[in-house]
Amino acid sequence: MLGKPSRTGRVLQYLALAGYLIFLGFPLVWLLSTAFKPPRELVQLHPSLIPSSPTLQNFVQAFTEQELGRAAWNSLQVSLASAVLTVLVAMPASYALARFKSKLGTVALGWVLLSQLFPFVLLIIPIFLVLRQAGLANSHAGLVLIYVVWALPFALWMLQGFVRNIPRELEEAASVDGAGRLQVLRRVVFPLLAPGLVATALFSFISAWNEFFFALVLIKTPELQTLPVALARFVGIEGTARLGPLAAGSLLATLPSLIFFAFMQRRLSSGSLAGAVKG
Amino acid sequence: MTRRSDRTTIYLLLLPSLLPVLVLSVFPLLRGIYLGFTDARAGRNVEANFTGLDNYKELLTDDLFWNSFKIGLLWAFGVTVLQFVLALGLALLLNQQLRFRGVARVLAVVPWAMPPVVVGILWKLVYHPDAGLLNEFFYRIGADGLRANWLGDFSTALPAVIIVGVWAGMPQTTVVLLAGLQGVARELHEAAAVDGASTWHRFRHVTLPALMPVIVAITSLDFIWNFNSFGLVYVLTAGGPGGKTMLPMLFAYEEAFRYGNYGYAAALGNVMVVIIVALLAVYLRRRLREAN
Repeated sequence: MLGKPSRTGRVLQYLALAGYLIFLGFPLVWLLSTAFKPPRELVQLHPSLIPSSPTLQNFVQAFTEQELGRAAWNSLQVSLASAVLTVLVAMPASYALARFKSKLGTVALGWVLLSQLFPFVLLIIPIFLVLRQAGLANSHAGLVLIYVVWALPFALWMLQGFVRNIPRELEEAASVDGAGRLQVLRRVVFPLLAPGLVATALFSFISAWNEFFFALVLIKTPELQTLPVALARFVGIEGTARLGPLAAGSLLATLPSLIFFAFMQRRLSSGSLAGAVKG
Repeated sequence: MTRRSDRTTIYLLLLPSLLPVLVLSVFPLLRGIYLGFTDARAGRNVEANFTGLDNYKELLTDDLFWNSFKIGLLWAFGVTVLQFVLALGLALLLNQQLRFRGVARVLAVVPWAMPPVVVGILWKLVYHPDAGLLNEFFYRIGADGLRANWLGDFSTALPAVIIVGVWAGMPQTTVVLLAGLQGVARELHEAAAVDGASTWHRFRHVTLPALMPVIVAITSLDFIWNFNSFGLVYVLTAGGPGGKTMLPMLFAYEEAFRYGNYGYAAALGNVMVVIIVALLAVYLRRRLREAN
């Protein structure tokens, strides 16, 4: 795009690219390597980049004795519930926002932007008080509620875009053919909306899966902890040999969002997501 | 156009979304702002009294707060600026026909997919004084003197943490800038090239102005996100050593949940919002004026 650079220009470009690859890649390689190292190699005075006798022992250990297994199960439940609930709640509202002229769409978008501005610290205390009054503090139900509410503005905005892409004529044709309103929604709108619903559910799942702050403050019982909180607590435990299970657990905690990003890669690189930021 | 029955339908459809948002985000926000003007404390039966500006007067003379505030600004500006510069460089490279571009594209997205807690853990492993990648690297290249306890040392903790912030936030910025670059019309470049403009000139006078709206949007968002970030540094240093990385959000968290000073913590939150809005207003106004 910047025209044909000279030979030195090219060399400099490749040097810069190599720099980026090292900066971005090496920490990831290190995490992988630590996760597959046996304890003997972890405590070695000069650790190597590639484990000489790789093992899966850290993964087993992380999920049996370290109680990360239970935390992962908790995270899975909370994230799944959040994803399902977000979609159920957002579906009717996004249809209303897309099909009927209303200022609420602008308000929803405004709220997405505004809510970014406020530090969670300001919200967490009143949220904690509200949940405690409802008897939902220190429970997965309370956490799910919070996650749904915080995923909703963006989910609504995303979904109503999908609804807008369904031609209104299709619905009209169906109702001319004698289909009732509900039938039109079920037979025409719902199937066409499926990809949007999946994307929304995934978005909600990942934000719940990765979330740390609310889970840290709201969940007090160790048995109810989610994976990020369990991992963060695990960091405090000293000893170089324990780095292996820690790395293994971290790696597994990244898998869901990695899959999500692989899934969304096309949309990400085509830049359709960038429109979200252009404002 | 909307009939009465339509209106009822709309409200019925919207209700399941509106209700939880009102109860669990609009209301808490307003209540949180109000709490900043009270002496609310943790505990079940503690009365909260309206105390006006008392919390803010206390903040003004609180050295720990000012210290944390300075660190917060250093962190937010440092991370945002470095993120932007590095991301722009990478985006420009990725926009060229280079080999290994695919690898770089994938690598550039991975940190984005990681939960902040995992990014923290990952870099703890890199910075580890005994078993860390960085110290081992310095040993291997024979620069043993450069080995350090990166996160534990007073002088290196904040820069070390800032680098992690850059690493974590760069991918998103890169993707957005790259998308913006691809939107810059090719014809403009060709026209400029025909007119004999140098590469630098074309970048400065064609690419950069066309990219400006995207740059302003992403740097503003980055700044907000960085200023409000919590999980990453919580895992890396928990504010230590000796408060050297005590970001305002960590400070507020400690005030609220370690010492139970809800009112004071909320006041701190209010101050942060006002400061972010003020800084953004200045930034956006200057950009707008330049654009005109």
